[in-house]
Amino acid sequence: MLGLVIFAIIALIAVIIVQLSKVSELAASIKGEEEARIQGNNRTAFWMVIFMIAFLVFCVVSALYYKDSMLGYGPHESASEHGLDLDSLFDVTLIFTGIVFILTQIVLFWFSYKYREQKGRKAVFFPHNAMLEYIWTGIPAVVMVYLVVQGLFVWNETMSDVEPGEDYIEIEATGYQFAWDIRYPGADGKLGTKNFRLINPANNPLGQDWSDRKNIDDFIPAEIVLPVNKKVRVAINSKDVLHNFYLPHFRVKMDAVPGLPTYFIFTPIKTTEEYREGLKDYPEWQLPADETEPDGPQRWEAFDYELACAELCGSGHYSMRKVVKIVSEAEYEEWLSKQTSYYMSNVRNTDIDPFKGELLGLEIANRKDALVSQFNEAMGADELGSIINLEHVFFDTGSANLREISKYELQNVADLMKNNASVQFELGGHTDSQGDDSANQVLSDNRANAVMNYLSNLGVSSARMKAKGYGETSPIESNDSAEGRQANRRTELKITSK
Amino acid sequence: MAELITTYDTDAIIAEKGYDDHFHEHHHGDKYQSGFIHHYIFSMDHKIIARQFLITGIFWAIIGAAMSIIFRLQLGFPEESLAWLKPLLGKWIVVDEAGIGTLAPEFYYALVTMHGTILVFFVLTAGLSGTFSNLLIPLQIGARDMASPFLNMLSYWFFFMAGVVMFYSLFLSTGPFSGGWTAYPPLSALPQASTGSGTGMTLWLVSLTLFVVSVLLGGINYITTVLNLRTQGMSLWRMPLTIWAFFVTAILGLLSFPVLASGFFMLIFDRSLGTSFFLSDIFINGQALDRVGGTPILYQHLFWFLGHPEVYIIILPAMGISSEVLSVHARKPIFGYKAMVLSILAIGFLSFIVWAHHMFMSGVNPFISNFFVIFTLIIAVPSAIKVFNWITTLWGGNIRLNSAMLFAIGFVSMFISGGLTGIFLGNSAIDIQLHDTYFVVAHFHIVMGIAAFFGMFAGIYHWYPKMFGRFMSETMGRIHFWGTLIGAYAIFWPMHYIGMAGVPRRYYSFDTFDAFSHFDDMNKFITIAAIVVFALQLLFVLNFFYSIWKGKVVKSRNPWGATTLEWSTPIDPGHGNWPGKIPSVHRWAYDYGKDGIEFVPQYIPMVEGEEAGDAGH
Repeated sequence: MLGLVIFAIIALIAVIIVQLSKVSELAASIKGEEEARIQGNNRTAFWMVIFMIAFLVFCVVSALYYKDSMLGYGPHESASEHGLDLDSLFDVTLIFTGIVFILTQIVLFWFSYKYREQKGRKAVFFPHNAMLEYIWTGIPAVVMVYLVVQGLFVWNETMSDVEPGEDYIEIEATGYQFAWDIRYPGADGKLGTKNFRLINPANNPLGQDWSDRKNIDDFIPAEIVLPVNKKVRVAINSKDVLHNFYLPHFRVKMDAVPGLPTYFIFTPIKTTEEYREGLKDYPEWQLPADETEPDGPQRWEAFDYELACAELCGSGHYSMRKVVKIVSEAEYEEWLSKQTSYYMSNVRNTDIDPFKGELLGLEIANRKDALVSQFNEAMGADELGSIINLEHVFFDTGSANLREISKYELQNVADLMKNNASVQFELGGHTDSQGDDSANQVLSDNRANAVMNYLSNLGVSSARMKAKGYGETSPIESNDSAEGRQANRRTELKITSK
Repeated sequence: MAELITTYDTDAIIAEKGYDDHFHEHHHGDKYQSGFIHHYIFSMDHKIIARQFLITGIFWAIIGAAMSIIFRLQLGFPEESLAWLKPLLGKWIVVDEAGIGTLAPEFYYALVTMHGTILVFFVLTAGLSGTFSNLLIPLQIGARDMASPFLNMLSYWFFFMAGVVMFYSLFLSTGPFSGGWTAYPPLSALPQASTGSGTGMTLWLVSLTLFVVSVLLGGINYITTVLNLRTQGMSLWRMPLTIWAFFVTAILGLLSFPVLASGFFMLIFDRSLGTSFFLSDIFINGQALDRVGGTPILYQHLFWFLGHPEVYIIILPAMGISSEVLSVHARKPIFGYKAMVLSILAIGFLSFIVWAHHMFMSGVNPFISNFFVIFTLIIAVPSAIKVFNWITTLWGGNIRLNSAMLFAIGFVSMFISGGLTGIFLGNSAIDIQLHDTYFVVAHFHIVMGIAAFFGMFAGIYHWYPKMFGRFMSETMGRIHFWGTLIGAYAIFWPMHYIGMAGVPRRYYSFDTFDAFSHFDDMNKFITIAAIVVFALQLLFVLNFFYSIWKGKVVKSRNPWGATTLEWSTPIDPGHGNWPGKIPSVHRWAYDYGKDGIEFVPQYIPMVEGEEAGDAGH
C-alpha cells in the first residue's frame, strides 16, 4: 500500500513537471520565443553566478569544518616518519590545485554570466592566440615538473629497502579470508621459511617449515606490538586472494599477493599513548567511546592504531581488523619476553615435530640453568640428602645403553662436580613396575653404573661417586599410567657430602 | 573582399557545389527503409543504430544507478530495515526475527561490481561513444553511412548480447560476479573464493568478451569511415573536434581492448582448463592449490593496459561533444582548435603509457613507478590546455544558456574538479595513503563518471533535434541540469574528506574500525543526495521519451545555427543522409562570428579574398 502511495506521488510529480514545462513553453510562445529565450537566459546566467559563489563557499567552509578529520591535520597527523613527508607533499599539491580550482571555476561561471546572450551583442571572433596558449602550456608544465620531482624524492625514499647491516625489526603479515596473521622472528631475529603446501589450519596456519630451526622461536601474537622510533620492515604475504596491508595512521599501504612477497618499511614515531594524548584536546574525541555507556572511557582513551585490508578480497573484506600497539622500547622488551613461540606451544614433541626426541639448543640451555639452580639449592640446604632428578638422562628401552641426548645433562653434571670438588654423591637408578622385580633391580643397577662410568670418563673421580640401583621400589608417580611409569624411570643424583 | 552570402538555400548550394557520388542511382533502399524489422531492429542505418545504442545505454544506466542507490542505502542507513526490498532482491535481503531486513554482504559486493561494470562498459563506452560516433561520424564528415553498415549492425547486436548475458547473470542463485569491476584474480579466478566467482564470473567474462567484439567491430568501422569516407574538401584539419575525439577514441579502443581480451582468455583458462597464469602459492578452503608459477600482477597489467585508455575512451567523446556544444552556443570558434586536436592526440598517446599508476601499491617494483608518475602527471598539461581553451571559448561570446550548453559548461566544471584530484593520485607518494580510499572514488566519479555523463547529456540535448526531429523540453532540461550539478557535487565532494580521513572504498560496513566509523552524518547526506540525483535522471528519461512523441517540432533544418554538415541534411534525413549530392566542404568547422557574420556553414564556398578562419594556426 505504501509502495502504491509512493508510486502515485512520484507519478503525480512527474505529471506536474510535464505540465509546468508545457505552461512555460506556452507562455514563451505568447511572449514571443525570442523574448522568452533572452529572459530565460538572463535568469539562468544569474543562477550561474549564485551557484559559483555558493559552490566555492561550500567547498571552503566544508573543508574547514572537516579539517580535523583529514589527512595530516589536527589529530590526524602521521604517526610514522615517512608519513610526514607524504602529508606535506599533499599540502603542497593542495595549494597549487586549490588555486587553479578556485580561479578556473570563478572564470568559467563568470564568463557564462558575463557573456550571456543579449540582443545586439556580437560574439568576438577569437580563434586562437599563440602567446596565451604558450603561457598556459608552460605554467602547468613547470608546476608538474616541480610536483613530480618532489613526489619522486619522497617515493624513492619511502620505498627503498633496508640496507644490509641496518638496524631494524622484521615482522611478517599474512592476509587470508578474512583476517591477518602476524609473525615475529623471535630471539634469533630471523623469520623461518614457509611453504603454502604445509599449511594446516589446525597446527600450522602459516605453513612454517618446522625443519627450519629459524621457525622454532617464531611467534604469532594476537596484536601487532612495536617499539617507537625503530625501523620496521613488514614482509607482506597472502594465503589466498589479494589483500592489502593498510595502516591508515602510519601512511602504510601495500598489496598482499599470493606467490609474490611484498614489503613496506616504516618507523613509528608516536606511541599509542602519545597519540591518545594528541587526540585528547579535540571535542569530538571527548565523547564516550561506547554510546550505551556514557560514563565509560572516552573516544581518545579507547583509541588504538588499526590494521585494515584495502584490496577487495571477498564478502568479509570490511572486517579484517587488527590492533596495532606502539610502545616504548622497555615495554616492547617486556612484551617480547612473555611471548611463546607457536612451535613450542603447538608443535613441540607432537608427531609433526621433526625434532621430536631431540633436544633443542634452547631446551639444553634452559635445562642447564634449571640444573644449576637445583644444584645450588641443594648445596645451600642445611641437611644433606637433597635429590636432583636428572630429567634429561635417557636409556634405550630395557637396556643400560645411554642415549645420545643424555650427554648434555651429564656434561652439565660433570662440570658442576668439577667446580665443586669436595662434593660426594650417589647416582640412583629407578625403574617402573613393569616386568620382573629382580630384572628391574639388575637393570637399575646397570643404569646407575652406566651413568657413573660416563661421568668418570668425563673426568669426575670415581671415588666421589657411588652407583645404586633401587629397582621399582621408590616410585614418584603411580605406575598405572604411561606418564607415571615414564616419570618413575629415572636417574637421581643425591648429594652425600658437601 | 567580396561579400559573403548570408542567406542561402542549402539544397541549392549542395546541388551546385556538392560532390556527386552517384549514390541515388543505385537501388539500395529496400533493405534499409522497408519493413519494421529492417528499419528499426536489424537496421544497418547509422542513425538508427545510434539511437539503439542510446536507448540501450539509458536502460543500463537506470539499472546501474538503481544498484548504486541500494548500496548507498546500506552505507548511509545501515540501521534501517531494507525488508521492503525483499520482493525485488529475494534471499539477498536477510530478514531477522524482528523483521529488520539487511543486505547480504555478498550481494552488496555484487551490486558494487555490477554498478561499475555496467556504467563503465555498457553506459559510458557503448552508450556514449556508440551513440555519438554512430550518429555524428557519417553526418559530420559528409558520408552516406559507415564504411561497413553490416559490421556496424553486428557491433550493436554483440553489445546487445553482452547485455543479455550480463542481465541474466543478475538472477543467478549464486548472484552475479562480486569481485569488483576490475575482476582481479585470484578472487575472480577461484570459485571457492567467493560465491559470485562461480557462474556469475563465467557469465561476466562471456558478456564482456562479447562486448570487446562489439567495440572492435564499431571501432574499426569508425576509423575506416573517418579515414576514407570524408567528403570532398573535408581535410583532417577541417574535421570538427567531435570527429577527432571519436576517431582517437576508436583507435584507443582498437589497440587496448584486444589486450583486455587476452587477459580474459587467460582468466578463462585459469578458471576452467587448469592453467595457472595468475595463480601461485594459494591455500584456500582448507586446501593447497596445485597450480603454481603464475602471478596475479600479470592480470593487473593486462587489465589496466585497457583500463587506463578506457577512461579516455569514456572522456574523449565527452570532450569532443562539449567542445562542439560550447562553440556552437557561445557563437564563437573553439579557441585554439589545433591545440585542442594536438592535446587529444597527446592524451590518446599518453593514455597507453600510464597504466601502472593504478598499481603503485600492488607490489610492482617501486622503481618502475617513477616512469609512470612522470607520464601520468604529464597528462595534466594537455588536459590543462583543453580546460583553458574551453574557458577562453566562452570569453567574449554571446552565450545561449540552454540545456545542452549548461551541461557542456557543467562538464568543464566537473572536469576541472575531478582532474585536479588526479594530480594527487598520480603522484605515487601521495597515492600510498589515498589509494583505494574514498578519495579515489570521488576523483574518478567526478572526472569520468559525472563529467562524461554531462558531456553525454550535452550531446543528447544538442543533437536530439537531429535524432528525433523534435526538441526536448527546456524547462525539464534545466531542472535536470541544476539538480544534477548540485546533487553530483553533493554526492562526491564530501567523499574527498572521507577519503582523506583514510576510509577505504568497497567496505560493506564501517563499524568494525574505529578509524572509519565516525562519518555517519556524511554518509547519510551522500545517500540522500544520490537518491535525489537518481530521481532527476528519471525526469530526464521522462523528458527523453515524452519528447520523442510530444516534443516541440523542429521547423528549420539548422535550429542552432551551426556550421557542421549534419545540419545541412533534411530535418529527417533518410537513408544516405542527403537526398541528392553530398555537400563538399570549403572551410573549417568553426566560422562563428567571422567577419561579422554569425556563422558560416562548412559547405559555403570561400569568397574571393576571404581569409580562412583557422589561418595563422
